[in-house]
Amino acid sequence: MRKPFLARVTVLASVTCVAAAVTLVTAQTPGYRAPRGPDGKPNLNGIWQAINSANYDIEAHSAAPSPVLDLGASGAVPAGLGVVEGGTLPYTPEALKKRNENRANRLKLDPEIKCYLPGVPRATYMPFPFQIIQSQKHVMVVHEYAGAVRTIYMADQTEAPADSWMGWSNGRWEGETLVVDTKGFNDLSWFDRSGNFHSDALHVVERFTARSADTLNYEVTVEDSKVFTRPWKMSMPLYRRVEPNAQILEFRCVEFVEDLLYGHLRKQPSQ
Amino acid sequence: MSINVTKICSGFACFAVFAISVSAQAPYKVPRTPDGQPDLQGFWSNATYTPLERPNNVTKEFYTPAEAAVAEKAAAARELAETEPGTVADVHYDFTQFGLDRSQATLARSLRTSLIVDPKNGRLPPITEEGKKILAMRAEEAKRLGGRWDSAQSNQLDDRCIIMAGPGPPMMDAAYNSNYHIVQAPGYVMILTEMIHDVRIIPLDGRPQPSASVRQWMGISRGRWDGDTLVVETTNFNGKNPLRGSTENMKVVERLRRASDDVIEYNFTVEDKSMWERPWSVEAVMKKTTGPLFEHACHEGNYGLYNTLVGARLEEQQKATGGAIQKDSK
Repeated sequence: MRKPFLARVTVLASVTCVAAAVTLVTAQTPGYRAPRGPDGKPNLNGIWQAINSANYDIEAHSAAPSPVLDLGASGAVPAGLGVVEGGTLPYTPEALKKRNENRANRLKLDPEIKCYLPGVPRATYMPFPFQIIQSQKHVMVVHEYAGAVRTIYMADQTEAPADSWMGWSNGRWEGETLVVDTKGFNDLSWFDRSGNFHSDALHVVERFTARSADTLNYEVTVEDSKVFTRPWKMSMPLYRRVEPNAQILEFRCVEFVEDLLYGHLRKQPSQ
Repeated sequence: MSINVTKICSGFACFAVFAISVSAQAPYKVPRTPDGQPDLQGFWSNATYTPLERPNNVTKEFYTPAEAAVAEKAAAARELAETEPGTVADVHYDFTQFGLDRSQATLARSLRTSLIVDPKNGRLPPITEEGKKILAMRAEEAKRLGGRWDSAQSNQLDDRCIIMAGPGPPMMDAAYNSNYHIVQAPGYVMILTEMIHDVRIIPLDGRPQPSASVRQWMGISRGRWDGDTLVVETTNFNGKNPLRGSTENMKVVERLRRASDDVIEYNFTVEDKSMWERPWSVEAVMKKTTGPLFEHACHEGNYGLYNTLVGARLEEQQKATGGAIQKDSK
């Protein structure tokens, strides 16, 4: 599996590298060298957050009304120029059909509405902060949304023991960049609120690179041969939450969705 | 001169470590992280058969190793009895097979007869008059919610996958999955609890507690190093997950000190003037275990809650209609 995929990526990369250099929204600031941690590695510790509308739709999209009438403008969708390199996701025809069904039935199907774990990379660009806690053996990524957490194994690396929502992540340093290779996903999480989805064949490679003291460059390569015709990329900057009292707070949303998920199973007063 | 006597157990071979803080050499040199913090990192378990409160028929503070072995065996046997073939528990789950008991756990053993060391009788302090009123109000509220299968909200917090024993604070044996992963970075100690992947991120920079308006299930923690000991103070609880009756006014002070490569001494004091006449304190142990921790996506896989509610409604329908069953449409 591994060699053919790498070979394909290499070919793809060489064919598209000129285009990529032009279209990448957040090319690394040339020459920026991150401060080093006590272990000599680039220090990515901190509380970070994406500021974009990718969680609504990773593809380019216009502003749109709230899917819930009562929320009015407060629930409406802000426009976005998209974070996907090349603009459009390379779905297979069947997968595109499913994406459109997902989108039409979003209120019933979006795992975010049910307070399910967000998966990767969606967790990174949800409208919540996350904290990187970086040690030599493990880099922890702790998200405010649903208390989602990722353990990135920098040592003692293994294959995923079983499929999971947040996948199984192995990391390595490539110069200035933390490269995180994640597999072992289930097929239940989405990329955004617009029904963009993946299968359990999802393979995500993320590259975290400091581009200034308070911003990171976040680049993701997504491969999923059951859903997409080729690997594709997204990228965006991540911003440090610089408030001196910034901290990850609880967003324990399970209790917020119990009536939505189980309310119809409540005992009726008459019974 | 203060003398701190710590009983360290390996299996039931126990020995005492005397740490004489002024004059003598420390018995264990706590390793350091690259940024110089005492290193608590790794995978730890606080699974124990030692009860929080001393059993009624026990008067002494410590068992002998032989007595401790007997007590542990008896507790394990009681746990196993839950899965005796033909019992309701056995139909529900095979606890042992699925790791839902302590039979596969790394036990954080202690010779103590109770985890509570203060009050001296090993029992929780008396409840205040205000505390009695609060407990009565909670009982009324539980009645109002109805029977266990009347709604999701009338179930226990763990059945609802909201929070379980484990993350605390204070961090307590959770009956199963009592496992923790500690990772440190400059300025922070992070503790991942296996149960519902609950994470504590403890800042060490001396920042003040936030406004009392911000309340959380796990409270808000602030930490500092006192020599080799991590001291963590937590307030701002929401009070919706009472620890033996505690309220939102609970304050927990935890002390974690690595006593050897394999043991963290974990002591804490709980103060809640709304519930108890005085604070109470625990001396417990976290024992090194093998990682990694796997994702505990509890809510996402909570078929149990859904199915029991469906079952309860179907039973009601059957009673009402004399047998006809409508399918749930959602």
